[in-house]
Amino acid sequence: MSMIKCEINGLPVSVPAGTTILDAAKGVGVTIPKLCYHNDLDAWAACGICVVKVEGSPKMLRACATAVGPGMKVVTHDPEVVEVRRTVLELILSTHPNDCLQCGRSGNCELQDLSADFGIRDIPFEKRAPEIPRDTSTPSIVLNPEKCVKCGRCVLVCQEMQNVYALEFIGRGDGTRLAPAADVTLEESPCIKCGQCSAHCPVGAIYEKDDTKAVWDSIKAEDKHVVVQIAPAVRVAIGEAFGYEPGEILTGKTYTALRRLGFDAIFDTNWAADLTIIEEGSEFVKRFAGDGPLPLITSCCPSWTDYMEKFAPDFIDNFSSAKSPQEMLGVMSKTYYAEKAGIDPATITMVSVMPCTSKKYEITRSDEMFASGYQDIDYSITTRELARMIKQAGIDFPALPDSECDSILGQYTGAGTIFGVTGGVMEAALRSAYYLITKEDLEQVEFEAVRGMEGVKTAEIDVKGTKVRIAVAHQMGNVQAVIDQVREARKKGEELPYHFIEVMACRGGCIGGGGQPHGATDEIRALRTRGIYTDDEKSKLRCSHHNPEIKRVYDEYLGEPLGQKAHELLHTAYTERPLYKK
Amino acid sequence: MTTIAGKEKMLTPEIEAFIEKWKGKPGNLIMVLHRVQEEFGYVPRDAAFEVAEALGIPVAKIYGVITFYHFFKLSKPGRNQIAVCMGTACYLNGGQDLIDECERILGVGLNTVTEDGEFSIEAVRCIGCCGLAPVLTLNGEVFGKVNTKQMRRIIQQFEGK
Repeated sequence: MSMIKCEINGLPVSVPAGTTILDAAKGVGVTIPKLCYHNDLDAWAACGICVVKVEGSPKMLRACATAVGPGMKVVTHDPEVVEVRRTVLELILSTHPNDCLQCGRSGNCELQDLSADFGIRDIPFEKRAPEIPRDTSTPSIVLNPEKCVKCGRCVLVCQEMQNVYALEFIGRGDGTRLAPAADVTLEESPCIKCGQCSAHCPVGAIYEKDDTKAVWDSIKAEDKHVVVQIAPAVRVAIGEAFGYEPGEILTGKTYTALRRLGFDAIFDTNWAADLTIIEEGSEFVKRFAGDGPLPLITSCCPSWTDYMEKFAPDFIDNFSSAKSPQEMLGVMSKTYYAEKAGIDPATITMVSVMPCTSKKYEITRSDEMFASGYQDIDYSITTRELARMIKQAGIDFPALPDSECDSILGQYTGAGTIFGVTGGVMEAALRSAYYLITKEDLEQVEFEAVRGMEGVKTAEIDVKGTKVRIAVAHQMGNVQAVIDQVREARKKGEELPYHFIEVMACRGGCIGGGGQPHGATDEIRALRTRGIYTDDEKSKLRCSHHNPEIKRVYDEYLGEPLGQKAHELLHTAYTERPLYKK
Repeated sequence: MTTIAGKEKMLTPEIEAFIEKWKGKPGNLIMVLHRVQEEFGYVPRDAAFEVAEALGIPVAKIYGVITFYHFFKLSKPGRNQIAVCMGTACYLNGGQDLIDECERILGVGLNTVTEDGEFSIEAVRCIGCCGLAPVLTLNGEVFGKVNTKQMRRIIQQFEGK
């Protein structure tokens, strides 16, 4: 790769060709402010706050969208540049409601931070903040166009990263809105509720629908037995809200915090992930033996199932009918646990803590989500919402002792915990499928081929002489290539390229979910991923079929995997849906 | 993949042939939308969805384009369309007065249609004959150096036609 030599603020810089001024400056310890730019996305150059002076250029250039050139002399900060940036900020603030105290992003808003850094005290421009109603149509996310700074991140995420095209730039100039097309609400649009728009929004214009009040009310209600579960990816990210490094495993402290919040039973979604693996693994083994359509495709991610139902309904028969771990734990709480503990399931309120906004949608997505005779999950809150609840309750999270979660839906294996990263469901399934096919355990349980941030990972796994071809895709936009490959093979009547496919809608998997603490970049995703794999490595049991609490639930309650009872409680169905509801 | 369930086809065979001709060529969306608007006077919602399917582009992208350009309309205009120029020259020579007078005579505001569906008024950017400012067009016919007193007579020429 050819290197470019240039100068930033008089400092010599040598960077690979194509590096932007923004990144080159970072390399020599110079931070150029940015608002619309995000590392996950191509520069859109909408806001203009990153302007710099380049010798020989009559106008200031945007550092996010300008590559360094040989011999280029850049000045990133001088009084004139700073003044221009201040004006950019003042103009944005002149159309912003500035009601930070009631804003969900207060304290971690990129616009608020910039205003603080620049010491903005007065806005010299006429105030024009139009009143536009919020879109609260989905159960997952809220659009508040009044707060929108028109940076474009959400549209780029929705279109380029996720390939969903629910959001678009509607209108032009200062009348532009970032909204669904064709006068529909978000609920009526192709939106898959992944919440990546909310995770990338620099301000409070898109945020998770807050269900914490309902959860508080349930905890307060004396006649309710309130059960909670935490998802794999929550434990390695919740610490970010309390000053920990990303990836710090805080399972024990989180259990303690939940107990102090007043939950009556603390369970772990990882347990249900082990249960999912037994069902889905058995399903794979059955289909691989010729009974049922291949490839089998994972269905734990509700944004992915929503996407498939709308964009690729020709794959409905390929989806695993096994429910997601969240739903499995819900139904098992209101049946098996209720029975064992002698609690009337009508009095159980089931809360889940998820890294995900789409899980809020999943809890009522179809009739099968009421398999216990009640709504199996009553409320699903995100990692961000739980962090707020812990703070509201005055719990000093870092000072908490560790504790264990409750039996009988709590103990988990390393296979359950890796559900939180891309490739994890596949790896967990392979660990057990290998056993189910060969009746022998793997000597080495790690499958390096399915790990990492490559958009699509493929491998051929040798199961004692039998070749199993697999593919793993994450970040919704990457899945299209895999779907097309399978369609092509089907059309030509060729051998299928894959037997088993895993898909997660968010970049990096659930650790990069739309409900996780804000500010995720690939560096942060890598740290959270590391945390998940460490949790797996330190687990004594690393295969789902070794989990004694899982064995027990089959012995005492469910019977056989894929059996009648398992089918009634743990499986679901999919249906074709139009992209636009009207 | 169905974009929207159970609807009757809106695009005529001629438009479909036109789309076929432009498919795959750069800039085709603008050409197709022009053709659709020429047919219906605006871009009906169902037509936009059918164009999306025919060209294999997301509906969102089509609305991005329609709402970006003032030229494209999303609602049905009047049978007679009055377009008052608000380019610099016309603006300075009383374009706004013409709009006000139209609104007074017809009893509707900008970008709305009279109850009988006969007339609609819109403000447009420079239509390229600044020497005749202020200018308006009615169904494409240009009227130059118009003053408010002539407005009623101009409108009457088109009434019931």
